[in-house]
Amino acid sequence: MDARRMSRAVPRVRQVGFFTPNTPAKQPQPQSAAPCSESPPLSDSPASNSLSPVMIPPPRHLSDNLGGRTAAVPVPGRENSGELPTVGSYNPSESVLSLDSPPRSRIGDEELSEGAESSLGWYRRSDSAKFASSLPSGGFNLSTAKHPESVAAVEAKNPLPEQSEAQKEQASSSKPLKAKTTKAERRALQESQRAAKAASRAEANKSGTPGGAPSSKPMKQPPQKKDGPPVASSIAASERIGVDRSVEKERKKDLPPPRKQFDDESRGGRAKRRSVLNQPEARNRVELFRHLPPHKNGTQLPYLGSKFFELHEKHPAVYKVGLQYLAGDLSGGNARCIAMLQAFQEAIRDYSTPPEKTLTRDLTSKIGGFVSFLIECRPLSMSMGNAIRFLKSRIARLPLTLSESEAKTTLCSDIDRFINEKIVLADKVILRHAATKIRDGDVLLTYGSSCVVEMILLYAHELGKQFRVVVVNSHPMLEGQKLLRRLVVKGLSCTYTQLNAISYVMHKVTRVFLGASSIFSNGTVYSTVGTASVAMVAHAFRVPVLVCCEAYKFHERVQLDSICFNELGDPDAISKVPGRVDVNYLDNLTDKQKENLELLNLKYDATPSDYISVIVTDYGMIPPTSVPVIVRGYRKEYLLI
Amino acid sequence: MDFQVVVLAGGNSKSLTPLVSKDVPKPLLPVANHPVLYYVLHQLEESNLKNLIVVVEGEDAGLLVGAWISGTFVDRLHVEIAAVPEDIGTAGALRAISHYLTAKDILAVSGDLVSDVSPGAVAATHRRHDAVVTATLCSVPISGSSELGSSGGKDKTKKPGRYNIIGLDPRKQFLVHIATGAEVEKDTRLQKHLLHAVGQMEIRSDLMDAHMYAFKRSVLQEVLDRKDTFQSLKQDVVPYLVQSQLAVLSGIPQAEEDGNKKVSFPNNQVMVSQILANASTPSFHELYSMDPDGFAQTRKTHKCCAYIASSSSYCVRLNSIQAFMDINRDVTGEADHLLSDNVIGPSPKLGTKTTVGPHCMLGEGSEMGDKCQVKRSVIGRHCRIGSHVKVVNSVVMNHVTIGDGCIIQGSVICSNVQLQERVVLKDCQVGAGFVVTAGSEYKGESLARKEK
Repeated sequence: MDARRMSRAVPRVRQVGFFTPNTPAKQPQPQSAAPCSESPPLSDSPASNSLSPVMIPPPRHLSDNLGGRTAAVPVPGRENSGELPTVGSYNPSESVLSLDSPPRSRIGDEELSEGAESSLGWYRRSDSAKFASSLPSGGFNLSTAKHPESVAAVEAKNPLPEQSEAQKEQASSSKPLKAKTTKAERRALQESQRAAKAASRAEANKSGTPGGAPSSKPMKQPPQKKDGPPVASSIAASERIGVDRSVEKERKKDLPPPRKQFDDESRGGRAKRRSVLNQPEARNRVELFRHLPPHKNGTQLPYLGSKFFELHEKHPAVYKVGLQYLAGDLSGGNARCIAMLQAFQEAIRDYSTPPEKTLTRDLTSKIGGFVSFLIECRPLSMSMGNAIRFLKSRIARLPLTLSESEAKTTLCSDIDRFINEKIVLADKVILRHAATKIRDGDVLLTYGSSCVVEMILLYAHELGKQFRVVVVNSHPMLEGQKLLRRLVVKGLSCTYTQLNAISYVMHKVTRVFLGASSIFSNGTVYSTVGTASVAMVAHAFRVPVLVCCEAYKFHERVQLDSICFNELGDPDAISKVPGRVDVNYLDNLTDKQKENLELLNLKYDATPSDYISVIVTDYGMIPPTSVPVIVRGYRKEYLLI
Repeated sequence: MDFQVVVLAGGNSKSLTPLVSKDVPKPLLPVANHPVLYYVLHQLEESNLKNLIVVVEGEDAGLLVGAWISGTFVDRLHVEIAAVPEDIGTAGALRAISHYLTAKDILAVSGDLVSDVSPGAVAATHRRHDAVVTATLCSVPISGSSELGSSGGKDKTKKPGRYNIIGLDPRKQFLVHIATGAEVEKDTRLQKHLLHAVGQMEIRSDLMDAHMYAFKRSVLQEVLDRKDTFQSLKQDVVPYLVQSQLAVLSGIPQAEEDGNKKVSFPNNQVMVSQILANASTPSFHELYSMDPDGFAQTRKTHKCCAYIASSSSYCVRLNSIQAFMDINRDVTGEADHLLSDNVIGPSPKLGTKTTVGPHCMLGEGSEMGDKCQVKRSVIGRHCRIGSHVKVVNSVVMNHVTIGDGCIIQGSVICSNVQLQERVVLKDCQVGAGFVVTAGSEYKGESLARKEK
C-alpha cells in the first residue's frame, strides 16, 4: 500500500487541522519537528486576515505521510505563547487554512524526500500518534481552563489584541450557558471592544496574543470580510452562534440547514416545547461538547412510557423502535437502519390517507413526524439519514395515478429492496472483496463489534483460511465481547485485549479491519470512539487498515474533527464499572463536589483519511479519496431505483 | 397503540364481607366518597385510554356498575360492560370475554387497584421487550404490614399476609420466578435450567404484584384455551408463563442445518434478522435459545417482563378491610393527588365547637352537631351526626345517622346504618342498614344484618 502511495506525483497538502493563516515563520523549521513547525506563535496581520478563510481544498491527493498535520493534532506552538491559559488543540480561530502556495509545494517536496527515509518518517508518525492521542486531555484542559470570567478579564486587560469582530462576538456570546449576561450587557461589551480595536488597529501591533478567547467554533474573519461569502459548509454549520442575523440569513440561502446547537438557548427553548421528551439540563457536561444533544438516559424512559397512550400519531412499531434506541437495546448502524425501515414499512402498511389530503404529502409529513420522534430518542446515524432521504424521495416520486394500496405496496417493496440491495447484498459483496485480502497466517485485528467485519471473519473462516483474530475492546460499551463470543463459538482462534494495550499487540498484526458508521466525502471515517486510535497505531506500525463500510452510509458532508458533530453517551456509564462494587471512587461525592466534575462519554470519533489504506465497499476497494465519486454517483442512483 | 384494556372489576368479595353486599358490589365500594372503580377508570382516562371493557361478576352487579359508569363518565369513556358468572376467577373472566379480544396486546387491570402507576409505562415496557407478559410490581406499603396486627378483623390478621416471592434477573427487567402467598406456605420450586440460563437471580419479597398485566393476546388466549383449569391470572396464568418461558411451548425445532453445510450465503431474510439479533442486547432468553455451537435458534422462548414502579408512586389493592382503611386514610392524606376534585365537600353544616382535623373528608349535605371531633376520617354524603360525637380513624359512608355521644374508632360504618345514642365502636365493621341499639359497646366485631 505504501508503495502505491509513494509512486504518486507531488501530493497537494490537505491541512485538516487548525493552522495559522500565514506560514512564513515555519519554513525554516527542521523536518522532524514538523508538527510543531506548523504552528508558529500567532500573528494576525490584517493582511493575512484578508485571505478568505473559506476554501478548504478538497482532499484530492492525500499522502499518508501527512499524518502529523491532521485534524486531531494539537498545536504545540500555542503552549509557548504563554500569556494565556493553554486551551488545548481546538482553538479554532486558527482553523484558517493556508492558501499560500509556496509552503504547500515545500511540504510536498519534503514529504517525498521524507518518505524515502523511513526512520524519520517513523518518528514523525509516532509523534503524530502521540499528539492525536493527547487530544482528549487537551479537550479537558480546555474545559477547565476557560471560564467566562477569565475570558472577560483577559479581554479587559489587553484590549490591544487584534481580534476580529466575529471572534469577539464569539467570546462574549458563545457561552450563554456560563456567562449569564443579558443581551444588553453583551451588546455593551461588544461596543467597547469595537472601540478598543478601532484604536488599536492604527498601531497595527503584531505582538499581541490574540485568540486567547477560546470560542467554540469561530472563524477568523477579517472585519472587511464580515459580510463575505458563506464559508465551507461543515464549519459554517457548526459555528452559527453569534453571527449577525443578516449574515445568517444570507447564508441560509445557499447552505444546508444547520444542525441544532444545543447550547444555544433560544433554539433550545423552541425545541424543548416541541419535543416529547424532557431535555436533561446541561449541568456537568463538558464545555466543548455542550452543543451536542445531551444524552437521554434511562430517566427519560419512564417518562416516555407514561406518555405511551397519548402519542397516538406515532405508530406502535415506530414507537417500539424508538424505545429500543432510547434504552440502548438496539445499536449498530445497520441494525438501527433496518429496524427503522421495517418499522416504517409497518407504519406504511397501516396507513390510510385522511380525506382531502394526498398521500404523497401527508405520508411525507407523517414520516417526518416519526423521524423527529426517533431523533429525540437518539440522534440518527448517517445511514439512517440516507435511508430516510431515500424513502422520502420515493414517496415524492410516486406517480399520482397510483391508487393508495398500490402506492403502499410500491413503497413497501421499495423499502425491502433498499434493505436487500443496499445492506444485505452490499455486505455480501464486501465479504467477497475483503476475503481476498485475508491470507493464510494472517493476524487480523478488529475493534469493537462491526457486523460486516464479523461476517468477513466468519466467511473467511468458512473458506478455510487459517488466520487469527485480535479483538480490541474498550470501556464502557464492551460490545467486542459479544463479537468475541460469536467468533469463539464458531471456532476461530481469538485474542482479546483492551484498547490500552493496542500498541503491544499491533506489531504482530498483519491487517486491521474496521467498521464505520459513516464515511465523509473527504475520506474521514466516522466510527465508534477509539477507532481513530486503532487506525493511528496501525498506521504507525505500518499495518494496512481496511475500513469496511456499505456505500449507503457514505455522506457528502465534510468533517474535519469529531467535535462539531458527535453523539454523547450516558455519562454515568463511564463513571461506574458494572459488576465491580469495589471500584466506586466516584460514588459518594456530594453535590458540591460533583459540580467540579464533568463527565464526557463520546460515542464516535473521526479518523482522518491518512490513516486508512483502503475502504472496502460494495463498489469495490477504493482509496479514501474516491469517496466523493461514489457519493455523487450513489445519490443519482438511489433516486433512480 | 393496538392495546385493549380489560378492567377486571370483580363482584362480591368474601374478604370484604360486611362492607360489600348485593346493593354495593365491590367495584362500587366507596373509597373517600368515590367508588373504588373510579380510581382505575380515572387513571386510564388520564392515560388517554378511552375504550375499555369492564368485566363484572354477576348480572346484578353488572347492571349496577353499568348504571354508575354511564352516569359518571357519560361521554368521556366508551365502556363495554361484560357480566360474567360469579366465582370463575380472573382467568375465567378473561376466558369468557376472549372473543372480544382482538388487539395485539391486552392490558388487564384489576378494578380494585388504587394507584398512580402509569399504565402507559407498563405498556411501553411490554412493547420494548416484545414480552409475552409484563407484570407491574410495586413495593409493599410499609403501613400495611406494620399495622396489620393492630387493627382490622381478627380472622383477617391470621392470614399469612400478602407475601410474594418474586425472582428477577440481575438487570431487573425479567421475571424469573413468581409465587404468591398461598404457595409460599408449602414450598417454592425453582427450575434448574431457568436458573442456569439466568445465572443470577434476585429474590425479592418486598415487591407486590399490583395486578396490572400486559399480555400478548395470542399467547394469553392459547394458554386460557389449553389450561381450562386455570382460575386466576395471578396464581395460575402468570406463574405458568414465567415458568415456561424457556420451555418449548410448541413447534419443532426448525432445521437450519443446511445453511451451515456448504460455504454459501444465508438467504436475505436470515441475514437481516441476524444483523438485528447481533446488534441488540441479548437477554438470557436469546443466549439460552442459541445452540451451544451455532446461531440457529432451535429453542423457542418467550419473555416475561417486570415493570417495577418507582418507590414514590402509590399503589395499593383494595383486597381486605385493612387495605380499605389504609386507602381511605391515604387518599385523603398523602396520596390526595389521586382524586381530581376537592377533598372537603361543599359546605357541610357544622355545629358550634366542632373540630374537623386534617386528613378528613366530609361529603356534601352532611350535618354535624355541637362539640364533635373528627380526626383522620371519611364521612360520606347526607350523614347526620349528633353532638358530642368522636370519630377517629374511621370511615362513615352515606346516609348514616349517628346519635349523640357516640365514640367511633377505627371502624367502618356502611350506608344507611343507624347508630343510636352513646354507642361505642372500636375496630368494628357495621354492614349496610344495620341498627346499633343505644348504649351498646363493641370491640373488633363485624356487625351485619342477617341475610333474609
